Amino acid sequence: MAQNDGLDFEAPIVELERKITELENFSNIAEVDLSEEIKKLHARANKLKGEIYKNLSPWQRVQLARHPKRPLTTDFINLMFTDFYELHGDRTFRDDKAIVSGFAKIDNHKVMIVGTRRGKTTRERIYCNFGSPHPEGYRKAMLKMKLAEKFHLPIIALINTPGAYPGIGAEERGQALVIARNLFEMSRLRTPIICVVIGEGGSGGALAIGIGDKFAMLENAYFSVISPEGCSAILWRDGSKAPDAAKALKLTAQDLIKLGIIDEIIPEPLGGAHRDSKKTADSFKKVLVRYLTELKGIPLDTLLENRYAKYRQMGQFLEQPAEAVKSLKHKQPINK
Amino acid sequence: MGWDGLKKFVFHRRKEMPDGLWMKCDSCGNLVHKKVVEEKLRACPECNFHFSLTSSERIALLLDEGNLEEYWGDLESIDPLKFSDRISYKKKTADAQEKTGLKDAFVVGKGRLGGIEVIFGVMDSRFIMASMGSVVGEKVTRAAEKAAELKIPLIIVSASGGARMQEGCFSLMQMAKTSAAMARLHESGGLYISILTNPTTAGVMASFAALGDIMIAEPKALIGFTGPRVIAQTIGQELPPGFQTSEFLLERGMIDRIIDRQHLKEELIKILEYCT
Repeated sequence: MAQNDGLDFEAPIVELERKITELENFSNIAEVDLSEEIKKLHARANKLKGEIYKNLSPWQRVQLARHPKRPLTTDFINLMFTDFYELHGDRTFRDDKAIVSGFAKIDNHKVMIVGTRRGKTTRERIYCNFGSPHPEGYRKAMLKMKLAEKFHLPIIALINTPGAYPGIGAEERGQALVIARNLFEMSRLRTPIICVVIGEGGSGGALAIGIGDKFAMLENAYFSVISPEGCSAILWRDGSKAPDAAKALKLTAQDLIKLGIIDEIIPEPLGGAHRDSKKTADSFKKVLVRYLTELKGIPLDTLLENRYAKYRQMGQFLEQPAEAVKSLKHKQPINK
Repeated sequence: MGWDGLKKFVFHRRKEMPDGLWMKCDSCGNLVHKKVVEEKLRACPECNFHFSLTSSERIALLLDEGNLEEYWGDLESIDPLKFSDRISYKKKTADAQEKTGLKDAFVVGKGRLGGIEVIFGVMDSRFIMASMGSVVGEKVTRAAEKAAELKIPLIIVSASGGARMQEGCFSLMQMAKTSAAMARLHESGGLYISILTNPTTAGVMASFAALGDIMIAEPKALIGFTGPRVIAQTIGQELPPGFQTSEFLLERGMIDRIIDRQHLKEELIKILEYCT
């Protein structure tokens, strides 16, 4: 059954919803009026959702971000934009299906979309390499962004990736160098850039299309320097400590807005985006249109100054006000 | 060699080891004479693998009179996430500080190579694998800004395990910040030489270390995005020999040159003379 896709902590809600559907079906078939009971059950389900979703742990958010029914980049393209016109290829190696890019319209704004693509069915997932781009994918994204710059189209980056692909071919074709190049170029592209993490924001592979003037996250997305599993394996030396790692890494939208890393949290319907993609897309679209209107009014030089300043101030450290400059003599050559 | 002879030989060798005259090469596994390794500026006489240098050794090796006018030497991490795994990040930092005498993993300042003034930065892998947190990111950024301001070249010797997990997204954002700073330096017309040493991977290789106008590597260094163990796990097969080494990168067109440590300074001066 499709309910198998659900998460552990969702189970009571799923169970209740199953009962409601059963009752509804029964009342239709038997032609008895059960509307009172059904109404009560709906109320109970809503209360339960409120209780469960108000206090999600970071690990539960990670699970929601990875929910198999969660709307994907392609869903949001369909729900928020019109006239999507896909453009392929990196002009060098091949068309990376883990990146989707092209022209689109949102209200009366013409934009360029770049995003990581994943699938719903196993076949689609394999086709998109589970949303993990290779170097050619990042090059493809950069080419389309340069095109957008040339024709003054704002860029909307939709991010949902477990990370850049860790494989032999990816390393052979310079995964690290290509990511670095994207960070370098995005910091100075002369057109507005809006980035939104819609699901997983996996480290450098997410950042590689994630430098912009606005950076938002959906309510149950996460954005992290390393996956909770990876962090747990390295620092705890125990792969099962992922929930602890998720908490320690401060990777939820709620944590990241407090730390000043992101600009805004885009609300999801109670129970998560997968419970109502349409509703999620509605609030999402409003935010995008607001950003586009705001950014269009800013002169490009100012926009780029602000973008540099935004990233320039990120980081926390201690600096002693005392002697800022001191001379160090390194007297011992190592070959002596 | 009969048994007695063999026993004598083995015994003889074993007796010499504790004296610290010999060491095992991390790369080829051969026992090599320490004195010869030192004469080759810490390179293996058998396979030419280049062992790690500390930041002060690197400064002594490359800068005129081994002299660095250090900048921002007092920047320290403040543990922004109050991070703790099996050991707290605070303790890890304190231990590394005590062990190295450094505040964090990156030392930077102004010095001269062959009389040419440069901003020179070097990562010290003894300090939490020279991972990049807020301090490293800030100092790399300031170094790029300083080089642009003074209109002198920037040289950075990298060696790092990547972003510092214990600072979460602050570390990730240092990739963005340092890359943006390199873009500005580039726009100002400044020269940036990036020197990759063993190992330079992940968040550092995927940001400022990859953005040099000139990209140099020491022989046999491990350089890449994902660590080899994770790749082998992901794809479920063994990695080809020489995968992710300097030689692998040169072959695939990712770097300009591999330079032996013994010739590094003279070649850097040559490049500086062309580009200044």
